[in-house]
Amino acid sequence: MPAIQVAGLNKTFNRTNRALVDIHLTVEAGEMVALIGASGSGKSTLIRHIAGLVAADRGNAGGRILIDGVPIQQGGQVSPGARKVRATLGVVFQQFNLVERMSVMTNVLTGFLGQITAIRGTLGLFSKAEKLAALEALDRVGIAQTAAQRASTLSGGQQQRAAIARALVQGAEVILADEPIASLDPASSKRVMDTLAKINCEDGKTVLVSLHQVDYAARYCPRTVALRAGEIVYDGPSTNLTPDLLRDLYSSECDELLAHHQSEESVDLEAQLASQIPATMAATA
Amino acid sequence: MTSIVDNRARTLELPKPELKRSITNVLAWGLFVVILMWSWEGADMRPMELIRDSGNMVQYLYGFFPPNFTEWEIYAQEMLITIQLAVWGTALAVVCSIPCGILSAENIAPWWICQPMRRAMDAARAINEIVFAMLFVVAVGLGPFAGVLALWIHTTGILAKLFSEAVEAIDPSPVEGIRATGATRLEEVVFGVIPQVLPLWISYSLYRFESNVRSATVLGIVGAGGIGMILWEVIRGFQYAETAAIVIIIVVSVSILDVISQRLRKLVI
Repeated sequence: MPAIQVAGLNKTFNRTNRALVDIHLTVEAGEMVALIGASGSGKSTLIRHIAGLVAADRGNAGGRILIDGVPIQQGGQVSPGARKVRATLGVVFQQFNLVERMSVMTNVLTGFLGQITAIRGTLGLFSKAEKLAALEALDRVGIAQTAAQRASTLSGGQQQRAAIARALVQGAEVILADEPIASLDPASSKRVMDTLAKINCEDGKTVLVSLHQVDYAARYCPRTVALRAGEIVYDGPSTNLTPDLLRDLYSSECDELLAHHQSEESVDLEAQLASQIPATMAATA
Repeated sequence: MTSIVDNRARTLELPKPELKRSITNVLAWGLFVVILMWSWEGADMRPMELIRDSGNMVQYLYGFFPPNFTEWEIYAQEMLITIQLAVWGTALAVVCSIPCGILSAENIAPWWICQPMRRAMDAARAINEIVFAMLFVVAVGLGPFAGVLALWIHTTGILAKLFSEAVEAIDPSPVEGIRATGATRLEEVVFGVIPQVLPLWISYSLYRFESNVRSATVLGIVGAGGIGMILWEVIRGFQYAETAAIVIIIVVSVSILDVISQRLRKLVI
């Protein structure tokens, strides 16, 4: 059974602005898929729909989204059981979405809220086993020493890893990451992407990650889905995403997607991409 | 070349005062003066009497000096009761304001809960605590308990509004982060909203405690307990030396509490 199934999804903002157009997407369990596109192409909107945080257009145009075969929304209505489905779905956001005034530990413990009784959750009565599990998750992402600190005292990269730890304790089989590295420096970006890749590789979790820059997609994800103006314009192996194809797909927006190369080094971007792709293949093989 | 010459030839001009705006200004000030004049009669303004009868005023003031502190123990005890009354009135109000405030926030509650709740809070706030005190004196009898109930209702109206404004100003993304874990609505509020607004809520509550101590000093006048009861008695008995002593005790206690609560507020923000 596919981990994520999106069929016939449409989303229109303000009656005229078509953010998502007839999206069909299937992600098998254990895959690591990149979702690329320029700003405003609908990456975040799609991820927020899959997480059931936004409802699609009403009626047939809304299509449906299934997580492990269970609908999270269909026909433009978030399912009554969406809360249960969300508990099986870890979401990592661009702005981390941690509660900054709570400790890192408590932030991670909130990952249990979907699994424990409402009374215990509301009163914040987490068991010792849950606290240990939270600490273990923090250890896996490499920031166990920060457990007692307030989340606001962490660097961006550490906050994002804390957010990944929160998704881990959920025991989620599917991790959705909405531009997890867009607000991070290159070193932190690498650590966060390494962490996601590790979860995918070692735990067999399904990961759908939206990215602004193509080189990260090529480096970490065997499969890439490319969005342009709310439509899927490419869905296939990341290795086929040559600069020429990107130029075909995105024309003027292409520079934005490849901007990373130019800022990192003034090497010819085509030469760099060409040299990176074989390396990725070796890494993912 | 020509461009340089142009730059020199150009002179800076101040913007001309707009005719429309200056007329509006004059009209606004005129209206303000008219309102003041119109209210003169109704407010029974007699400034000349202050000057003409200043001798009487001085004599009246002499009655207050020196303040008579012989019964200071009773005054201090009543002042303490006043503070205790404010403590309970504020504490109960804070407890009720948390649900009422959250339910009055547009970003949390649907409009059909939010609007009625806001109107209820408006009503609680619109009626002065003295009025509530008079009503509760009839209901539960003379004494501080009536004062506690009066402060409780009035302060709930105020704090619920302030709390809900704090809730409406939160960052929604952490709440979404909590929602994405499969949390219930209540858990979203407990883990996503309250940690964000807590410092403001504490600050508002302490500020209302200060104000409630001030309000509680007059609640006694309508029989709702505290130092106001004695104050009213000595004023009616023309015991001005005792009145002065009580007023001094009130001023000193309120000032001390203000300082303490300000310190506490700085700590939480």
